Amino acid sequence: MSNVLRPYLGAVRSTLTAALTLENFSSQVVERHNKPEVEAAGSKEVLLNPLIISRNENERVLIEPSINSIRLSIKIKQADEIERILCHKFTRFMMQRAESFIVLRRKPVPGYDISFLITNTHSETMLKHKIVDFIIQFMEEVDREISEMKLSLNARARIVAESYLLAV
Amino acid sequence: MPEIFSISPTPVTAHAFNADRSQLAVSLNSNDAQILTHNGSQWAATEMLTEHDKTITSIDWAPNSNQIVTASQDRNAYVWQQSPDPKTGTIVWKPTLVLLRINRAATHVRWSPKEDKFAVASGDRAIAICSFDPENNWWVSKLLKKPIRSTVLAVDWHPNNVLLAAGSADMKARVLSAFIKEIDERPAAGVWGSKLPFNTICAEFASAAGGWVHGVAFSPSGDVLAFVSHDSSISIAYPGGPVHNIRMPTLPLVTLTWTTEDSIVAAGHDCQPLVFSGSDAGWQEIGTLDDGSHAASKTGPGLTGRLNKSGAFGAFQNADSRGQSSITSTDTKLLTIHQNTITSIRPYQGAPGQVTQVSTTAVDGKLVIWDTASVSALTGRMAAMSM
Repeated sequence: MSNVLRPYLGAVRSTLTAALTLENFSSQVVERHNKPEVEAAGSKEVLLNPLIISRNENERVLIEPSINSIRLSIKIKQADEIERILCHKFTRFMMQRAESFIVLRRKPVPGYDISFLITNTHSETMLKHKIVDFIIQFMEEVDREISEMKLSLNARARIVAESYLLAV
Repeated sequence: MPEIFSISPTPVTAHAFNADRSQLAVSLNSNDAQILTHNGSQWAATEMLTEHDKTITSIDWAPNSNQIVTASQDRNAYVWQQSPDPKTGTIVWKPTLVLLRINRAATHVRWSPKEDKFAVASGDRAIAICSFDPENNWWVSKLLKKPIRSTVLAVDWHPNNVLLAAGSADMKARVLSAFIKEIDERPAAGVWGSKLPFNTICAEFASAAGGWVHGVAFSPSGDVLAFVSHDSSISIAYPGGPVHNIRMPTLPLVTLTWTTEDSIVAAGHDCQPLVFSGSDAGWQEIGTLDDGSHAASKTGPGLTGRLNKSGAFGAFQNADSRGQSSITSTDTKLLTIHQNTITSIRPYQGAPGQVTQVSTTAVDGKLVIWDTASVSALTGRMAAMSM
């Protein structure tokens, strides 16, 4: 982890650890239902204040905790048009396969690129600190992944341009 | 030394022992409750109580009348009694439906001290006080409804069999009267009030920083109320007197029990039972029952020599010999005995007011029995805890 990123990820990690204090909570609006309160939003008192951790204007994390679920949304850094396209394709690829990521949401929250929904079932069946590690690792790697893709895209474009111009 | 039993790979949502502690009723995050019997070293499943069709949220076992009550998210509660099977003659647990008159999940259930009624907390913003109607041979209920604004998460009975404490998701802990004319004698006047008709609000305490109240408990004398809330604090309220609030830097506590008149054991998302002690002059945290030695001994069998492969040495050795980075399998284990949230803590040994052992069950499927006397300081441990 680079040192510039460390305080940002540290803040996300401790917020996420504190927010992952979930319990089984059945709906008080619809009988015999049990759904993530952060999504249903049927009763206000079981939602906690949402929190935004922002590194700069392009990079931020929104954490919305509730009594039985939390939603974490990430705005990935996008400096230029290429990064925007790459980021869109990359998150779309993952969200189409959301069920194999278990905690991934199929649609991001408006204003963000990718969202995770962690419910009490996830925190019961998986180790809580490992879920936090997974999210942090994802945040670390998504930036690297996109800049690598951008580099290889640029390299490829250069080769294409060179070979096009060589074949006079 | 705490006794550790691994009951199941699934979370244990609730547990209750019988009077002589030879049997245990648990719900393993499923629709069925199980009766486990102690066979010397382990707890083996002997009977299954199947009647609910949603997750069982709470179980309580009346020690004297030997009845089990289960509450579930399917809005029902059942009272289970042992009776001979008409066909085979063997003794089996027979369910009796309780007319709860709630139409949301039942969240918590507790027998009253005299075992002639029980309270069912529910997501219907109500508490059902159930008593037996011998004429019709069923359990009828009266609802405590008035000031409750959200799901009731926990209830606890006062030793006088009349008052009831309730903690709810509207960030309040309340003391209410559950006086039922037909079965209760008029209670003596106490610190919570003198005239106590049904649904009297004797006291109402808000949690300090506005967190859901996860657990409530009356002291053995019934003169003090303690509750834990989601703002990582524990509050000890004296009626008409001070309300002591201890805020903690740890994750929230979920459940608590009094061991003596001046000490409380509470546990929750931090996976270890904490001990609090004090009097009406003030309360403080004095330590934990989980001294960490147990978890530390499990780091692996290769612990020979002076360097116990901790820190830098272990990291370099692993990198050298196995090509592993420092993040190895060891960090999947927490330093505590319980590996996930403790959901329920109950007195195990000793009369009320002199509890010597408590039992805890947690989301990791473990049952642990702790000596309340072996308290160790928390300060040294916190520094070692990886964040």
